[in-house]
Amino acid sequence: MRKRRLIPQQAQKIGFAGLSLLSLITVIPIIAIVIYIFIQGTPAISWEFLTGMPSNGMKSGGLWPAIIGTFYLTVGTAIFSVPLGIAAAIYIAEYAPNNQWTRLIRIAIINLAGIPSVVYGLFGLGLFVVFLNFGTSILAASLTLSIMTLPVIISTTEEALRAVPTSFRVVSISLGATRWQTIKRVVLPQALPGILTGVILGLERAAGETAPILFTGAAFFLPQLPHSMFDATMALPYHLFVISTQVPGMPIQIQYGTVLVLLLFVLGMNIAATLIRSRARARRQW
Amino acid sequence: MEELHSVPAWKETLVTRIIQICGYSSILFVILILYFLLSEGLPALWKADLNSLFSTRWYPTESYFGIWPLIFGSLFVTLGAGLVSVPLGIGTAVYISEVAPSWTKEILKPLVELLAGLPSVVLGFLGIQVLVPFMRRFFDLPTGLTALSGAILLGMISIPTMVSVAEDALNTVPKSYREASMALGATRWQTIWGVTLPAAKSGVITAVLLGMGRAMGETMAVMMVTGNAPVMPQGLQTIILPIRTMTATIASEMGEVAAGSVHYSVLFLIGIILFIISLVVNVVAFTLTSRKTTRSERLLS
Repeated sequence: MRKRRLIPQQAQKIGFAGLSLLSLITVIPIIAIVIYIFIQGTPAISWEFLTGMPSNGMKSGGLWPAIIGTFYLTVGTAIFSVPLGIAAAIYIAEYAPNNQWTRLIRIAIINLAGIPSVVYGLFGLGLFVVFLNFGTSILAASLTLSIMTLPVIISTTEEALRAVPTSFRVVSISLGATRWQTIKRVVLPQALPGILTGVILGLERAAGETAPILFTGAAFFLPQLPHSMFDATMALPYHLFVISTQVPGMPIQIQYGTVLVLLLFVLGMNIAATLIRSRARARRQW
Repeated sequence: MEELHSVPAWKETLVTRIIQICGYSSILFVILILYFLLSEGLPALWKADLNSLFSTRWYPTESYFGIWPLIFGSLFVTLGAGLVSVPLGIGTAVYISEVAPSWTKEILKPLVELLAGLPSVVLGFLGIQVLVPFMRRFFDLPTGLTALSGAILLGMISIPTMVSVAEDALNTVPKSYREASMALGATRWQTIWGVTLPAAKSGVITAVLLGMGRAMGETMAVMMVTGNAPVMPQGLQTIILPIRTMTATIASEMGEVAAGSVHYSVLFLIGIILFIISLVVNVVAFTLTSRKTTRSERLLS
């Protein structure tokens, strides 16, 4: 009896130790990566590095056009994907009947989420750059990134809408409000923090992507800032790719500095999303 | 208090219509993507010699468009990534969901989310700076740009997907299952192995599928560290040799080809292959999870 009991408990000890070891192997590199980038990149950061133009074949000078470019692309992506994504999620969560068509929409969204980013690049090249004749431009790249971001925004928004209790809707409709009034004045305000979190996480991914903009809007090097949305642009992730693989003799400090700026961009969005979520959780009324 | 105005019926209908159209837009986008891939990629089947296309030699400047090395390159690196990410990802998910105290969860989950947010170029860059030199010295190779380097990075990249999907699946296992198992005298470990994991089986398989799908579609990191040599994998030693994936081929060559050329069409054809693989992976994953819910709904009703 005693023997039979002892063995499962030892097994449990070994098993739990194994699981925590696996978790450690998973997260230690993540912490190490962030710390390492901060240590290596911080010496490169200066006012000129952030706001200067690249010079001397990008081997000196600053990142300004790449930073601005990533900003434009992120805003451009938001303009297209946020309204469309939220509206699509409202349809699925609030209007859609439970039938084959809705099932098809779901399969389409799951599919969009799974398509490799470089295939989005091909699609953007075919539709926006060539067929619609936008050229390699901020517009074409933003539209490509928008469609890639759409499934993230739709699924997180849908989740946020579904988290709002049904009783809220029932009360609003029983007071004489229409369905749209209920959504606009009751459901959306309650779901807003969840939606914002999803939107930021989606845009964070878009801001860090390289493959979809490779042939739709990213420029190797530009001597001046883009003037309109039909111009190509430099972007931080693509710039990092260029200086770490395509330019021989690139000073290592500039490379690490660029990684750090990109990391800060992404980390900032990540922290904003986490803060919004935890504040909303603390204030939740239901 | 703000007064609720009565909305004219036409306005309500208009808003409803617009929302409905947006709802259906995803279907439209999938169709558009498929259409443009097919219209640009299918001509490759008659523009390029089929014997060349299904050969093992990829050398576009000499009109050799053999796609097998690229397909096998992708499969090889993805399997290697799976060897890294399945134990780590599923192990972490089980630990977070079943074992970890809540303060550990609060640390682990944001860290995994952070990994999901790291741009793949950042991982690729660190791969070049840290991992590749290490590989070269460790295995005493002429170059550290190898399939193994790619597999390790892709493994890391696919971990967040696996963790979040598997953790969701484990969380949906009813608490009563675990309680019943413990009440019968099983330890927590026996409960995890004997009850919780089997109950969440389809969700865990989905997690593995989606994670591997993510690895297969990843581009930048793998392009930066695998050396991009389009050669057929020949047995296990290939793991420490350069290799090239489908995604890296598209990304590195599309910029240099003329629209409408044979090479251009073949690159789109590779895009079609990637699209089909991701379609199959995701539809299988979707049916696995939705069958699961219908079964549990039946059980509960």
